[in-house]
Amino acid sequence: MIDTTVSLPGLELKNPIIPSSGCFGFGKEYARLYDLSQLGAIMVKSTTVEPRLGNPTPRVAETASGMLNAIGLQNPGLQKVMEEELPWLEQYDVPIIANVAGTTTEDYVEVAKAISQAPNVHALEINISCPNVKEGGITFGTDPAIAQQLTQAVKAVSRVPVYIKLSPNVTDIVSIAKAVEAGGADGLTMINTLLGMRLDPKTGRPVIANMTGGLSGPAVKPVALRMVYEVSQQTSLPIIGMGGVSNVDDVIDFLSAGASAVAVGTANFVNPFICPEIVNQLPEKLQELGYDKVEELVGRSHRLCVR
Amino acid sequence: MITQQQKIRQECMVIVEQKEIADSIFELTVEGALTEEMSAPGQFVHIRVADSYEPLLRRPLSVASIDFEHSRFTMIYRAEGRGTNLLAEKRAGDALDVLGPLGNGFPVDKAKSKAFLIGGGIGVPPLYELAKALNKKGIETVHILGFENKKSVFYEEQFRELGDTYIATVDGSHGTKGFVTHVLDRLPADFDTYFSCGPTPMLEAVQAAYPEKQGFLSYEQRMACGIGACFACVCRTTKSETDYVKVCSDGPVFAAGVVIS
Repeated sequence: MIDTTVSLPGLELKNPIIPSSGCFGFGKEYARLYDLSQLGAIMVKSTTVEPRLGNPTPRVAETASGMLNAIGLQNPGLQKVMEEELPWLEQYDVPIIANVAGTTTEDYVEVAKAISQAPNVHALEINISCPNVKEGGITFGTDPAIAQQLTQAVKAVSRVPVYIKLSPNVTDIVSIAKAVEAGGADGLTMINTLLGMRLDPKTGRPVIANMTGGLSGPAVKPVALRMVYEVSQQTSLPIIGMGGVSNVDDVIDFLSAGASAVAVGTANFVNPFICPEIVNQLPEKLQELGYDKVEELVGRSHRLCVR
Repeated sequence: MITQQQKIRQECMVIVEQKEIADSIFELTVEGALTEEMSAPGQFVHIRVADSYEPLLRRPLSVASIDFEHSRFTMIYRAEGRGTNLLAEKRAGDALDVLGPLGNGFPVDKAKSKAFLIGGGIGVPPLYELAKALNKKGIETVHILGFENKKSVFYEEQFRELGDTYIATVDGSHGTKGFVTHVLDRLPADFDTYFSCGPTPMLEAVQAAYPEKQGFLSYEQRMACGIGACFACVCRTTKSETDYVKVCSDGPVFAAGVVIS
């Protein structure tokens, strides 16, 4: 019997497969397609204090083996998420990782304090890495000292473990990871999207109304894998790895690089059934590789890559 | 708009026929059980054109006609980008990864006795299945269809079989020179309901032409997921400052006067 369970701060997962924040709404659309209880956990859409309408359209553009998005953290706001979205998800046997966003420290603290009280929220993911909003988001994720302070402030009010979502748009991601570890983070999720751009060859104008957007999809996987590989060896925090995960082999790669669990984002748009498909394929893949437990794979590349 | 919870399927369908019916305009017919889930003209499907990461995303295509008896439906699209050009290379017998049906179609029951169907370019196809459905209910349909030029006109004869049909081309190489609105200006507004699909400026012009009439418009927006999860295709509405709709899952068909485009 293959053991796919994963134990992380606040999270006892049936399996390591988690749809990533922003690619899964609050679960309703995918619940029409399959039973959400099959998932390891769900990272729901970023929640801010007030409702946000997001950016003008076009908000997405396809790129080579990937896509750009600049949704702009559209969400119904804390009150509606607490009163409608999270209670609706209680019908499923799946832990929720609530994603928290804001433009000031006070915003993050307010959302974190309230949303961590929801009975099905087992962990928080603090979004300090959204590249598509003018204030906040990524500005918290690119300076180690600010990232550390924000982590401390959120940790002080959260009822559940806190994972910090790291931005790849930095020179040294390890320094940010170490700073949030010092700030008391319980784990890391990484990576958010890479800031990118696409131009219309006829007009020379950016295709996305926001001018720039976050790059995701298979194109970013090598960057994400390298970052997970580096950070996992230089902090003791568990990592939920993500970035272009599209199939079970990608999941194996992220586990091998040092992630304890894996989030699937853009691939949900290509194949809305991808998460349960990977969940079903994982035991056989582990068996094929000669492993009995998911946890045995975590970080195996560290041992194999002796320089 | 109708909000219905039909079943969405992902199916490896079989291509029955593909042919170029006008300049870069392709008619593609597929067969499979997914067809049975279709509930209204104006719904769309999301097509994966290649089993690779290039291109990555699905392509939303509207449904031009449905043949429930043979579990087939037909799409009409313009080959203009990487994805649709790859799709145009597919032949009868090839498999096609289809997700659908998606979205809410035209509310056929709202028309009383006579309807105007106003389409522009690649917005024309869903009006064909709509015209058939309306005719079946005894509703008289008049079709006003706009195209770039004579070479890009398609389905003129098919529409003529279902009712009076007027063509406009931008360069005047076929039918009336100009836009559908130039045709509409000269037609008596003796209909109770209009249905329209096409470029956003056309939809706006049509709405402005008939402020007192009941109308339903099918919108287009760049999409990623097609099922309402990604928030790419969001439009504001006239209801309030903070109200919005998702074109893919709340639409693509909306009552006139709702969407701010």
